[in-house]
Amino acid sequence: MFDDFFNVVKLRFNGGDEDEVPTFKCPRCQSPVPMSRYEELHRVCPNCNYHGRLPARERIAITADKESFREFDADMISCDPIDFPDYTEKQKELRQKTGLNDAVVTGIANIRGITTVIGVMDPNYMMGSMGSVVGEKIARAFEYATENGLPVVLFTASGGARMQEGIVSLMQMAKTSGAVKLHSDNGGLYITVLTDPTTGGVTASFASLGDIIIAEPKILIGFAGRRVIESTMKQRLPEDFQLAEFMQEKGFVDMIVERKRMRATLAHLLELHGYKGKEV
Amino acid sequence: MEEKKTAWERLKLVHTKGRPTIRDYIPLIFNDFYEMHGDRFYGDDKAVIGGIAMLDGTPVTVIAQVKGRDIDENKACNFAMPLPEGYRKALRLAKQAEKFHRPVICFIDTPGAYAGVAAEERGQGEAIARNIAEFMTLRTPIISIVLGEGGSGGALALGVCDELAMLENAQYSVISPRGFASILWKDAEREEEACNIMKITAEDMVSLGVAESIIEEPLGGAHNDLDKISENIKEYLLCKIPEKCEKDIDVLLKERYTKFRKIGEFTE
Repeated sequence: MFDDFFNVVKLRFNGGDEDEVPTFKCPRCQSPVPMSRYEELHRVCPNCNYHGRLPARERIAITADKESFREFDADMISCDPIDFPDYTEKQKELRQKTGLNDAVVTGIANIRGITTVIGVMDPNYMMGSMGSVVGEKIARAFEYATENGLPVVLFTASGGARMQEGIVSLMQMAKTSGAVKLHSDNGGLYITVLTDPTTGGVTASFASLGDIIIAEPKILIGFAGRRVIESTMKQRLPEDFQLAEFMQEKGFVDMIVERKRMRATLAHLLELHGYKGKEV
Repeated sequence: MEEKKTAWERLKLVHTKGRPTIRDYIPLIFNDFYEMHGDRFYGDDKAVIGGIAMLDGTPVTVIAQVKGRDIDENKACNFAMPLPEGYRKALRLAKQAEKFHRPVICFIDTPGAYAGVAAEERGQGEAIARNIAEFMTLRTPIISIVLGEGGSGGALALGVCDELAMLENAQYSVISPRGFASILWKDAEREEEACNIMKITAEDMVSLGVAESIIEEPLGGAHNDLDKISENIKEYLLCKIPEKCEKDIDVLLKERYTKFRKIGEFTE
C-alpha cells in the first residue's frame, strides 16, 4: 500500500495539473489507472491483472459475509523481548499510521454462510513480519478452530521473522506450526491463500502447511530473498523465479486463483469438505 | 567456568578452526554408528548426516548438521547449509525412530538453510515447515543440542524437541549477526554490534525459555579438549534420555507443545 501511495503522490506532484484525479501507476505494466477504479477492482490492475497488496480490513470485507466478522485478540500488542533500540516507539508510530495493532488480523466469520476461522496478514505493518503477536494470534486461531471443529483460512503476506524480536520470533514458527499440526490431526481443514509477498519464516512454517495451498497470480513466494540468492550465486535469476506460477510448476501450489474469484472458490472448497452454511 | 565472554568473542570462538564437529563427536559419544543415506525422493544431502547408534546400550537415532574441518570438507558438506533433501532425510529418519521406539538426538550446527536456486525449486520453505510440524507430534523423545551455530529456520528444522541444550559457547539466532546488521541497518559491517545486542548466547537461550541446559566447555573452548567436551555431552545425554523415555508419551508431547507455545512476549 505504501508503494501505491508513493505512486499516487508522485503522479500528482509531477503531473503539474492540480485538479488531476488521484492515479495509481501499476508497478508491473506502468499504466496509470484512476485510483478509484483500482480500489473498486480491489487493487487489481485492469490492464495487466497485477494483484496489488490488499490491507487486511479490505481483504476481510471482500471475503466474509457482511457484518459476520468477529475479531479475536484485537488489543494484543507486542513487548520488546530483546530490548531492541526504538522497537517500542516504532511500533507505537506504526499502530497510529496503519490502524493495526500488529501484522495479522484474526477472527471468525462466515463465508457464504459457512463459519470459518480466518486470519489475514498485512504487509503494511512491518512487512507482515512474524513476532510474538503474529505467532500468538495464529496459534490461538488454530486452537479455537480445533476446539470448535472449524476450518481455517489464512491469507499470508510476510517478509518472514521479525528481526527485532530475535530468537523469540524464530520460535513463533514452532508455535504456529505446532498449532496447525494439532488442528490437522483433529481432522480440520486448513486452506492457505498465499498473497504478495510470502517469504522467509512464514513460508518455512504455517504458510506451507495448508491442506490446500492457493496463490494469487504472479505473487512472490519463496524462502530466501532474490537478492540474497543473486549475491551468493553471482548470477541473474530468471524473471519468473519465485512467482506463484513458478512455484506451482515446481509442485508447491495447488491452484492459482484470481482475487475476484477467491471468495466463491473458498466457499466451494469448504462445502466440498462437508462444512455447511447456516440456514438463512 | 571461566569469565563470561561477549557474544562476539563466542562467535569468533565457534568459527575457530579446529572447533570440533559432529564427525569428531560421534565416535567418542556413540558406539556402532551406522550412517543412513538419502531422503528417498531426490538425493542425499551431505550437510545433514543421520543414522542409528548405540548410546551406552540404548539404540538411538542421530541426526546432525555437518560442518567441515577444512576447506575440502566444507565444500563437500556445503558449509553445513542443508538443502531440502537434507531436511527430508532428517524427517525420514525421525519417523523411522518413531516406528522403532528409538529416541532421537539432533545436533544443530548450521549458519542457516542453503539459499539458492536448487533449494527454492525443491521447496526449502516446505521442507523446514514440514519438519517443524512433524517433530512437534513425533511419538518418541527428541533431544537437540546446538554445537556451534544455530542459524534461523535451518536450525529450527532440527530444533523442535523435548529439551534443548547449548554448548557453552554455542549460539542460536533468528539470522546470522551479519544478516541482521545488513537487513536492519543496511550495513553488514556492523556485525559485531548486532551480535552483542541480538541475545544469542547460551545464557540468553535459557533466560528466554528456548533452551533448558548449558553443557560446559573446557577452558578456552571445545577445541582445547575434545575428550572432555565429548564426555560432557555424553553425560548430559545419559541423564536426559532415560528421563524422557520414562515419561508417558502423551504427557511428553503435551510438554513439548507447551514449551514452544509459551514463548512470546505481548500484552493485551
